[in-house]
Amino acid sequence: MRYEFRWGMLLEQPYFTWIVDAIATTLHLALLSWILALAIGIAVGVMRNTPSRALRFAGALYVEIFRNVPLLLQLFLWLYVFPELLPKHWQLYWNRLDDAPYWTAVIGLSLFTAARIAEQIRSAILAIPPGQFKAALSTGLTPFQMYRYVIVPYAVRIIIPAITSEFLTIFKNTALALTIGVAEISSVARKIEAWSFKGIEAYTVASATYVCTTIAVIVLMGWVEKRAYIPGLIKREKSDA
Amino acid sequence: MDWNVVSANFPLLMRGLGTSLQLAAVVIVLSFPIGCLIAIGRLSRRRWLSAVCAGFVHTLRSNPLVLILFWFYFSVPLIIGRSIDDGASVIVAFVVFFAAYFGEIVRAGVQSVGTRQVQAGLSSGLSYAQTMRYIVLPQAIRSMRPALTTQCIVVFQGTTVAYVIGYHELMHTTSMIAERTVRPVELYSFAAVAYFAVCYAGSLLSRHFEKQA
Repeated sequence: MRYEFRWGMLLEQPYFTWIVDAIATTLHLALLSWILALAIGIAVGVMRNTPSRALRFAGALYVEIFRNVPLLLQLFLWLYVFPELLPKHWQLYWNRLDDAPYWTAVIGLSLFTAARIAEQIRSAILAIPPGQFKAALSTGLTPFQMYRYVIVPYAVRIIIPAITSEFLTIFKNTALALTIGVAEISSVARKIEAWSFKGIEAYTVASATYVCTTIAVIVLMGWVEKRAYIPGLIKREKSDA
Repeated sequence: MDWNVVSANFPLLMRGLGTSLQLAAVVIVLSFPIGCLIAIGRLSRRRWLSAVCAGFVHTLRSNPLVLILFWFYFSVPLIIGRSIDDGASVIVAFVVFFAAYFGEIVRAGVQSVGTRQVQAGLSSGLSYAQTMRYIVLPQAIRSMRPALTTQCIVVFQGTTVAYVIGYHELMHTTSMIAERTVRPVELYSFAAVAYFAVCYAGSLLSRHFEKQA
């Protein structure tokens, strides 16, 4: 193997700026999509356990569609197919948007991940003892208030380990955004390799970004889990990423 | 909308789907046994062996598949000194990547069988290998089946990632035809239906196993 390492290259311009920007893009793309996915996922997860048949069906349909189509193809659908289906003047607005690929990635990643979070929420709600529902209703809460103040806070605590690993999944899945032209860390590593032929250095930076973020998130969420713990209610599970 | 573009290219698209299925099958068949070995390594009492296996699993699981593919696509030719074909680097990268995931499923499955079962097996005079073979593994495999089926769907969906290096599976075939005919709406919708059909069938199978367990 004849390969000359040149790690210093990573600190030279323009590579250094590329790397910093790409890491920032990867992080806020993942974070924004994850927050949206949580909101949608909780709504869909609750829908799947309501007495209304129509809502249950809509929730199940959502989950099956978004879980059973590969994410890469979903990104392509949002990029190429979705704008075609918009009304004319929205289409113009969308096409003139500067960072359309970025927002496409946000939509694609959050809707895909929401389906997975919805499943976690659904099973978490099933794990809540039925007494909690009855107690909430008998204290005079409306069904909406029951979910808002009792069931969802409970369910979210149960699934903290699961949503941690969903964050890590969405974080890794941002790499697929390179196919639609988002300059996140994997695509920048590829670009640096093409420019400088120093692939090992470039890919090491990308891998290190993912590994370090994973470790940081696991530590942080372990702390969150400890803080959010309701004494006596939920058995703590070991978070495993 | 002009669905003729789909029917005109139907044989090509089906060949793409065939390649995707074949790639998924090869990857599953090769990575599952490696995953079993990794699981055995992680459960081993030898500290260094379980540390090495855990390191392997954690490193691969914290990196995206695309990046692992780039690593192999780029660094394997560098190490062996000549270029290799796309198919080989895709298969090697996918097998290494998914072996880590299969390893975790197998480990969780084996650990789901209680230690009392092992103790009971050993105290009834079976050897450790016999305990594994006749008591632990049959129960572990039973409880792993839903997760394994789901993982097979993940592998199948993962084959789309081979698109990035131009491997001619369904995703890449579809995008090539879409570029040539400038009919992305019809073609990507068709691909979505094709992927959905395969994955949904898989998820029904997984649910069936879940009910049995």
